[in-house]
Amino acid sequence: MASKTRKKQQATQVDQAASQANGQAVQLQVPSKPIHFEQTFETYPAGAYTHEELGLSREDLLAIYRNMLLQRRFEERAAQMYGKQKIAGFLHLYIGEEAVSTGAAWSIKIGHDSVITAYRDHGIALALGMTANECMAELFGKIDGCSRGKGGSMHFFKAEKKFFGGHGIVGGHVPLGVGIAFAHKYKEDGGVCLTFFGDGAMGQGTVHESMNLAALYKLPIVFIIENNQYAMGTAVWRAFANTEFYRYAANYNMPGALVDGMDVFSVMKALRKYVALAREYQPSVLEVRTYRYRGHSMSDPAKYRTKEELEAKKKEDPIIRLKSYMLQHGLSTNEELDAIDDDVKKEVQASVEFAEKSPYPPLESIYEDVYAQPDYPFLA
Amino acid sequence: MAIMQFREAIRAAMIEEMERDERVFLIGEEVGQYDGAYKVSEGMLKRFGPKRVIDTPISEAGFAGLGIGAAMNGLRPIVEFMTFNFSFVAFDQLVNNAAKIRYMSGGQFKIPIVFRGPNGAAGQLAATHSTSVESIYSYFPGLKVVAPSNPDDAKGLLKSAIRDDDPVIFLESELMYSMRGEVNEDPEYLIPLGKARIAREGEDVTIVAHSKSYWIALEVADRLAEEGYSAEVIDPRTIRPFDFDTVVQSIKKTNRCVIIDESNPFASVSSEVAFQIQQRAFDYLDAPVLRVTAKDTPAPYAKNLIEYYMPSVDAAYEACKKVMYVD
Ligand SMILES: Cc1ncc(C[n+]2csc(CCOP(=O)(O)OP(=O)(O)O)c2C)c(N)n1
Repeated sequence: MASKTRKKQQATQVDQAASQANGQAVQLQVPSKPIHFEQTFETYPAGAYTHEELGLSREDLLAIYRNMLLQRRFEERAAQMYGKQKIAGFLHLYIGEEAVSTGAAWSIKIGHDSVITAYRDHGIALALGMTANECMAELFGKIDGCSRGKGGSMHFFKAEKKFFGGHGIVGGHVPLGVGIAFAHKYKEDGGVCLTFFGDGAMGQGTVHESMNLAALYKLPIVFIIENNQYAMGTAVWRAFANTEFYRYAANYNMPGALVDGMDVFSVMKALRKYVALAREYQPSVLEVRTYRYRGHSMSDPAKYRTKEELEAKKKEDPIIRLKSYMLQHGLSTNEELDAIDDDVKKEVQASVEFAEKSPYPPLESIYEDVYAQPDYPFLA
Repeated sequence: MAIMQFREAIRAAMIEEMERDERVFLIGEEVGQYDGAYKVSEGMLKRFGPKRVIDTPISEAGFAGLGIGAAMNGLRPIVEFMTFNFSFVAFDQLVNNAAKIRYMSGGQFKIPIVFRGPNGAAGQLAATHSTSVESIYSYFPGLKVVAPSNPDDAKGLLKSAIRDDDPVIFLESELMYSMRGEVNEDPEYLIPLGKARIAREGEDVTIVAHSKSYWIALEVADRLAEEGYSAEVIDPRTIRPFDFDTVVQSIKKTNRCVIIDESNPFASVSSEVAFQIQQRAFDYLDAPVLRVTAKDTPAPYAKNLIEYYMPSVDAAYEACKKVMYVD
């Protein structure tokens, strides 16, 4: 977040922009002294927040726990189904990153605020309350899938949740997030758009153009960089001259913050603040540091990182963290939490059965939803 | 001659040309330490070092443009797109810079660059990952477009592409990477760009098919042969420039033509080929030219739909029967 100096500086820049807008030329002078900037960014470390301070009840915590577990069990089962060739294409698992999706979903008004993300989209879909059934059916390419079998793993959509999709082209969806936020402001409906993307996407020009547009137009958006340290086989330090992604915010005169993505409380604490700012048309950039336990996709053996690194990260597991927290604070018992796990496993198993039973889309449906026009004359 | 996979043949072409010419380098996502997303560049980082095998961030516009600038300034880059679907991020660089700078500079700058990578649908990857781009890049004068169908052609054509002084879009197919075939090992083995290959001679119908579709054409030809019809199969190998003469010669003999192309049908390679045939060989045609393409829709994910979407042996076979006016 910007310090006072920075705020002042922002204010003068806004004034400059205003005077430019009023048709007055701005004097572009080169000062004789060196320019010195001071910037401060907020951090949201793990283990720093309690449920009380977040106003979360025992029931809330159980729901949050259940939700993260649902994502985990869903994907474990999806991986299995991929092995059995029930699921095809690319399958990018989110395992390890569940605190980010759940913390985010619990910080917005689902169905009112908007969300858009990249192809690693199962977690956020389930966090937003999409059913395991519709998600699994999509992975199976069946008609009851959330994209009617047309999208697969990378392209989950759910309009009623204002989930504007998973997207397969790295960086390609980030301008859409800006447009979605633009529409919220245009309609004055009070909504904000959470726009998720990976560290790798920071290499795309679209992301930087988007940040500039959002800041320039003062849009209700939170850019959430899910920094899981790798873009496919490329570690962040091999792809970026500046790997402190929160700092990019300052270039566009936005607040930026650094969040521990292995702690759902930290994610919620940060998101609540920046969602509230977005509602006042202050966009921001959150770098959320997280980790994916699996390879980039099912075909990636992840040889570019060590077992030790992975094991160390697993010690910070967001689900185990919440579980220990609840046990330590006497908010739940092992039995109760195990029962939740059993229940979640059943739900996921049922989704596999649902997906198996759901029919393939009829062949004619290949021509559906290409155009809105129902009688479009397709070439045959 | 050696038996090689398609990916190995491409790698061999790059290695030979990099050893021959210091100015050639390879750049792209995951081409180095990861050994290539599809293992085409496996071992090349070890062999040539990070000066000449260069990993990039996910910045297609940036590294494609970098390649073009380097080519303008005397190097001969090979730019790998992880798939050509992602080349659209760099579209401006390819079509406004690579294609046009030689022309706009009155010939002062040449752009000797190869953009290569997998093209077209590869199983169930849904719409954004399944586009066949040959007609899109063929649209732009200044670019050359090559689409080999077997390992030997891949090697000979890629070597020519690397030595060519113009920008070449070199289209591979993910589903062909593990395909094996005999490959010429002569380091001076070059297949000229713009020359079609008559893969199989026949009398009754001409089938024009490149890349993966070529293999459909061969299957159809086999099936027709069992019924006593002989199909002539032409693999154009280069989409731009296109060897229309070879196709026209063939049609003068067979009087019928079917084009197989896994692109979407509208304004595709098959559209242009059909037009050129009617202009150059109208009097020799005994039937309208037919084509077999992907459906006129984006590519779907569901298994049954993507199978239905792609051009099939059955559809190509039916088209041949139709132009021959049998049953
Ligand atoms: C424009 C584009 N280039 C390349 C790819 C291939 N690709 C898919 S995911 C990926 C890595 C992205 O990493 P990151 O943005 O960090 O997200 P993560 O996978 O870590 O969630 C790459 C290179 C693509 N889908 N789109």
